[in-house]
Amino acid sequence: MAEKITNNDIVQEENLVYKKTDLLTDKSLSYCPGCGHGTAHRLVMEVIEELNAQEETIGIAPVGCSVLAYEFMDIDMQQAAHGRAPALATAIKRLYPEKYVFTYQGDGDLAAIGTAETIHACNRGENITIIFVNNGIYGMTGGQMAPTTLPGMKSSTSPYGRDVETMGSPLKMTELVAQLPGTYFVSRQAVHTPSAVRKAKKAIKKAFENQKLKKGLSFVEIVSNCNSGWKMTPNQSNKWMVDNMFPYYPLGDIKVPEE
Amino acid sequence: MTEEIIIAGFGGQGVLSMGKIMCYSGIVQGQEVTWMPSYGPEMRGGTANVTVIISDDRISSPIINEFDTAIILNQQSMDKFESMVKPGGTLIYDPNGIVNHPERKDINIYRVSAAEAASKMETSKTFNMIVLGGFLKIKPIFKMENVIAGLKKSLPERYHHMIPVNEKAITRGSEVVEEVQILN
Amino acid sequence: MKELRLMKGNEAISEAAIRAGVDGYFGYPITPQSEVLEYLMLEKPEERTGMVVLQAESEIAAINMVYAGAGAGKMVMTSSSSPGISLKQEGITYIAGAELPCMILNVVRGGPGLGTIQPAQSDYFQAVKGGGHGDYKLIVLAPASVQEMYDFVELSFDLAFKYRNPVMILSDGAIGQMMEKVEIGEQKVRLTDAQVKEKCPWATTGKDANRERNIITSLDLDSNKQELFNQKLQAKYKEVEANEVRYEEMETEDAEYIFVAYGTSARICQKSIELARAKGIKVGLLRPITLFPFPSKRLMELSKQVKGMLSVEMSAGQMIEDVKLAVECNIPVEHFGRMGGIIPSPGEVVEALEQKFL
Repeated sequence: MAEKITNNDIVQEENLVYKKTDLLTDKSLSYCPGCGHGTAHRLVMEVIEELNAQEETIGIAPVGCSVLAYEFMDIDMQQAAHGRAPALATAIKRLYPEKYVFTYQGDGDLAAIGTAETIHACNRGENITIIFVNNGIYGMTGGQMAPTTLPGMKSSTSPYGRDVETMGSPLKMTELVAQLPGTYFVSRQAVHTPSAVRKAKKAIKKAFENQKLKKGLSFVEIVSNCNSGWKMTPNQSNKWMVDNMFPYYPLGDIKVPEE
Repeated sequence: MTEEIIIAGFGGQGVLSMGKIMCYSGIVQGQEVTWMPSYGPEMRGGTANVTVIISDDRISSPIINEFDTAIILNQQSMDKFESMVKPGGTLIYDPNGIVNHPERKDINIYRVSAAEAASKMETSKTFNMIVLGGFLKIKPIFKMENVIAGLKKSLPERYHHMIPVNEKAITRGSEVVEEVQILN
Repeated sequence: MKELRLMKGNEAISEAAIRAGVDGYFGYPITPQSEVLEYLMLEKPEERTGMVVLQAESEIAAINMVYAGAGAGKMVMTSSSSPGISLKQEGITYIAGAELPCMILNVVRGGPGLGTIQPAQSDYFQAVKGGGHGDYKLIVLAPASVQEMYDFVELSFDLAFKYRNPVMILSDGAIGQMMEKVEIGEQKVRLTDAQVKEKCPWATTGKDANRERNIITSLDLDSNKQELFNQKLQAKYKEVEANEVRYEEMETEDAEYIFVAYGTSARICQKSIELARAKGIKVGLLRPITLFPFPSKRLMELSKQVKGMLSVEMSAGQMIEDVKLAVECNIPVEHFGRMGGIIPSPGEVVEALEQKFL
C-alpha cells in the first residue's frame, strides 16, 4: 500500500506554481471559501511588499468580516470601532506623515455607520488609502441589508427584497467621494477573474504610491461577492455579481489625476 | 488683604477687560487673583459681569454672593447687586442711565460720572479706565506703576501706544469720583 | 523667575499641552470648552513644537483619532463638555479596552440632554464608574484651580503612560472659564519617532524586522482569554488604587464635621469653612484630587474623628455614594448640592451643614 501523501510532500519548491507574499501570515483565513476578501488581502500585502514598506505601513481594520484582518496581515495594525477607521487613519497619518496608512473596510462600516468619517477624511484630503470592499450585505452579522444592497435584493432584514420606497436606494459612496476636492484618485475594481485581479492590483498600487505625492486621498472600491450571505455557491455568486452588481456599480477609474 | 469685587454693566462697556487689568495689576504686585465672568448667551448684547478677587493669600471660592466692592454700570446691575454689597462695603456707580439710585445707608456709595467724562476725552474707549481710576481713588489696592504694568500685560502690543491715554483716563477717574450722601 | 500669566482654565490646559510636548489634539467645539481648540489653533503649535491640532467632524471622530494616536505611541488628547463626552464614550471604552494612554478633558456643564452651558458636576458617575460599556475605569483628576488645570496635563500623561490607561481631567464650566494666575512651566521637547518606538514597544510605529507585528485591538473572541484580560485590567486598577490616591485636607485637625468636595465645590467649601468657623462650627475639608482612585482610606480614618460628613457637589448627589462606601456607616453622610448650572454659595453650604447636623 502506498504511503499517505502529506502536505509537506506537496509543498516543495519544484511544485510551486504560486507563492503567497511573506506579508500574509500563515494563519488560515477566516473568510468563507469563495469570498473575495482573501484575494483583496493578498493584493494589498503584495503591493506593500513591492513597495518594500512593511516597516513603514500601518493598517486599520474595521468592524465586519475583515475585523480580524490584523490576523492575516503581517504589519502593525489597529482595529477600529465600527465605521471609525478613516478617523484612525487620519490621526496616524498626521502624526506619522511619512508612513503609509490605509484602512480596509466593508460597505456597512464605510457606507453606513462610518459615512461621516469617510466623507470628512476624503474632504480633508488626508494622504491615506481607503480600500473599500463592497459586497452589498452585512456578512459578519449574518446577511442583513447594507446601504449598498441592490434594489429588490433579499437579505435577512429585507426578506422581501430591498424596497427603495421605504429603505432608500443603494449608496454609491465611491461616486460620492469622487466629487470631493480632497480625493486624488478614485477607482472601482473587482477580484473575480485573473484580469480583474491584475487591474485591481494596479489600482491598489497606485493608491499606495499616491501617498508619497501628498495630493489627497486615494480610494479603491472592490466590488465583491458574499456567497454565504447571498446564499449561493461561489460560482453562482460571481455570476450574480457580474449580472447585477456591476451594472449598478460599474468598474473602472472614476477620478484619475491629470498627468 | 482680600478684596472681593463685582463689576457689572452692559457688554461692550469694558467690564471684563477692566477686571483683567485689575488681575494683572495684582499679579505684578505678587498677589493671588481670580476673574470669574458670567458666560454664555447672557453675554451677547445683554449684561456682562465679572467677579474679581485680589488677595495676599490663596483664594477660596471664585463664586461669591457678598462683595467688598460693587462697581455698577447700568440699572439692571444696580437692581441685582446693590443688595449684595457687604455691610460697610463700597458701591461705586456711573449715574449715566441710572433711574433708581442706590439707597443703602450701611454701605459707602460713590458716583463716578465716567460716561460723561469719557465723552470729553480724546477717545470714549477709555470709559472703563475712568471707572477704574474712580475705584483706585477709593480703594488704592494697586500702586499706579503696577496698574500700568498690568495694562501692558493685558493689552496686545499693537495697543501699547494707547497706554498714556489710559493712564490719563485713570487720573481723570480719580478726579471725578465723589461720595454720595444718603439722606434720611 | 517663573513666567506668570493670567489665563482661563481652558487656555491654561492648552498652553500646558503645548509645553508638555503633547503630539496631538483632536477636538470638536462645544461650550464651555471651545477655548481649548481656539487657543491651540491661534498658538500655531505645529510651528512651536510640531504638535498636530485637528478640528474633527464630530466628537466621535475626535476620540477615535485619539485612540489611533495613542495606539501609535504618541501623547494625544481631546477635550469636550458633557454632551460631547457622552458621544466620546464609544472611543473611551475602546481606548480602555486596548490599554492605551491618553488624556480626555471634560469641562462639565449641566444635563441631562442638552441641559445648560453653565457649570455642573453631574458627570461624576460617568467619569468614575466607567461611562462606556464593559468593566473599565479611567484615572480621574479633579482640578480646583486654573493652576491645577495647567499642572494636571503633565500629571495625566505621566499616569496614562505609567498604567497604559486613559486619564480624564474632570473640570467644569467655572474652572474652564475663570482666569487665575498661572505659573508656566518649561517647554519640553516632543519625543522623536525613534524615542516613541523605544518608550512604547507595543505601539503601531511600523513593524521592523526585529519584532513581531504590533496589534492594537480590544477584541478577543475567545471568552477564556477575554476573562484573563478582564482580570488583568482589574489588577491594574487595584494597583492604581494602591499607588495613586491624591487629596488635599484643610482644617481637618480639630474638625467635628467634614465637607467632602472636589473642583469648584471644594473652592466654595473653603469659603464655607471660614464662614462656619466664624460661627464656632469646627468644620474641615477633604478635597479628592483623584476621583478614581478615591481617597476612601483617609475618609475612613476621618470618620473615626468627626461626627458627620457633608458631600457638596453640583449634582443630585453622586460622589456621596463613594463617601458612604468609604466610611461604612460609621457616621452620617449627607449631601448638599445645586443643579442645572447653579453654583451653590458658600453661605448656602454652611446653612445646609447646620440644618443637617446641628
